[in-house]
Amino acid sequence: MITVKDLKFGYAGGGFRLSVPEFKLDSRERLAIVGPSGSGKTTLLNLVAGILTPKSGDIDVDGTKVSDLSDAERRRFRATHMGFVFQDFALLDYLPARQNILYPYRITPALKLDSAARDRAQALADACGIGDKMDRHPSALSQGEQQRVAICRALVTQPKLILSDEATGNLDPDSKARILDLLFEQAAEAGAAVLAVTHDHELLPRFERVLDFAQFREGAAA
Amino acid sequence: MNALFLAFAYLRYHWARSSVLVAVAALILFVPAATQILLSTSERALVARGDATPLLLGSRGSQLDLTMSALYFSDERPDPVPMAEVETVWDSNLGVPIPVHTAFSSSGFRIVGTTLDYFDFRGLSPVDGRGLSILGDAVIGSEVAESLGKGVGDTLVSAPENLFDLDGVYPLEMPIVGVLPQTNTPDDSAIFVDIKTAWVIQGIGHGHEDVVTAAEVASGTAAIANAAVVQYQRITPDNIDSFHFHGSQDGFPATAVIVVPNDTRSATILKGRYLDSEGPTQLIEPAGVIQGLVDRIFRIKSLLDAVTAIIAIAAFAAIGLAVFLSYRLRAREVATAVKLGARKGMVLRLLAAETVTLLSISAGIAALGAIIVSQNAEAWVGWLLSLGS
Repeated sequence: MITVKDLKFGYAGGGFRLSVPEFKLDSRERLAIVGPSGSGKTTLLNLVAGILTPKSGDIDVDGTKVSDLSDAERRRFRATHMGFVFQDFALLDYLPARQNILYPYRITPALKLDSAARDRAQALADACGIGDKMDRHPSALSQGEQQRVAICRALVTQPKLILSDEATGNLDPDSKARILDLLFEQAAEAGAAVLAVTHDHELLPRFERVLDFAQFREGAAA
Repeated sequence: MNALFLAFAYLRYHWARSSVLVAVAALILFVPAATQILLSTSERALVARGDATPLLLGSRGSQLDLTMSALYFSDERPDPVPMAEVETVWDSNLGVPIPVHTAFSSSGFRIVGTTLDYFDFRGLSPVDGRGLSILGDAVIGSEVAESLGKGVGDTLVSAPENLFDLDGVYPLEMPIVGVLPQTNTPDDSAIFVDIKTAWVIQGIGHGHEDVVTAAEVASGTAAIANAAVVQYQRITPDNIDSFHFHGSQDGFPATAVIVVPNDTRSATILKGRYLDSEGPTQLIEPAGVIQGLVDRIFRIKSLLDAVTAIIAIAAFAAIGLAVFLSYRLRAREVATAVKLGARKGMVLRLLAAETVTLLSISAGIAALGAIIVSQNAEAWVGWLLSLGS
């Protein structure tokens, strides 16, 4: 699914540098990235997603060289091939759960909002146990329910890759395991690989593989 | 479409903030438009009334006061002109003189004592009832009828005031015999009586006292229009013949005399006869006086326009700041949209859609208000011009 080779990245004017000689993620694989703060875990997610561009090296996602794409192409590729789950959920307070799930369709012409997408959103919500709360705004949902909405949003476009950035960081211990299991379950059902950044070592046994990122850091914290 | 959907959802969710912004923007757009409509209509109404009144004869003094009291039945009280002036115009065979006496009121509406020529001159004919025929009759304008809920068969009582006869004269009860159609002019807010009736109100003419007493009022047998009135006189078929006037009619007062010249030549000759600045009377062209007033109003309006423009700039700057701060608060949303693959310009498109939606709703409300003002401008201006009369 992902192949990274001889990747080098540095922020302009900053001392932080990231160097990844080689990194692979197979299809449907569940990989956890751990490491100290500032080691470049989130930076790698942003490079894979095409939000940041490397100084050198190759990033191949699902057969497409993301590092060679233009900005517009990277945006389109990201919208159609990847789903994001964030630590702070990043839901929009002014949209009900249903519209938050369908939000990716509202912001890019690369995705077409049709009845199939709406049905998928409802099915995902039902599977995540929030099917009866689709008309509620985030302020009327618990933290666990909000993260379930965020997971549905990441999966509704049927991506082949889920990028998870501390997705369980804001949840209580009981919810963490449940939400992660739910994410894996839904990703497996959709045939998507999961690349997750986490600080929570208790959750690592649930992943198929764990990568310690401290080895790739070359400079000061980012 | 998606940008509009999101914009509308955002504005609806933050309805209080959106409502304030919409209200402020709508007011900024509405106020100058409404002011312009009302001023333009006022100008037309004022000038039309002035243009429709060729000449005005009155005591020397403020031409504006004379015009306002005779054409708009306002509170101004120019010195009265003696009725001898009416006879002078008749004798000249140069035009038709129409006296108007506007010194009294009833229930807040001006009583206009005049002659039947006034109704012909203004093209007024009752839509209900008949015209003036006997002493004491009253014909009321449409606004009077609507405001007081009165019509033919009801009565009005003149307000208990007497400027000229300190001995005191009882107010006069006047039967309403006709109601005039709406004209959107000061005639709508006037109570027309024969000028002799006005003189009776003034105490110049009177009959053998047939005063309605406080007891009759208390027993409910007497209709009364003013709570301050406890006794008043009534003209009846039995006592009408007893009404008489003391002294020569030539000395009786009128507020002014509308003069309708036979032709331009007659008008010129008439104007020439009243050029003497030492004379007790003056003959003026109301149109010129009104135009001077309108010019003054529009000079003030240009000042108001400047003030409005400054306030509008300040208000739009405040709205801009509020919108900018709102965008700053939504930095996280923007970052999320970018991460999810929002197309380039999507954020700008979203913010523009919100701004355009806000302004469109504001413009719609302002336009609706302007249409309502425009459709009612004539009636409202007529009412505004009659205020204080």
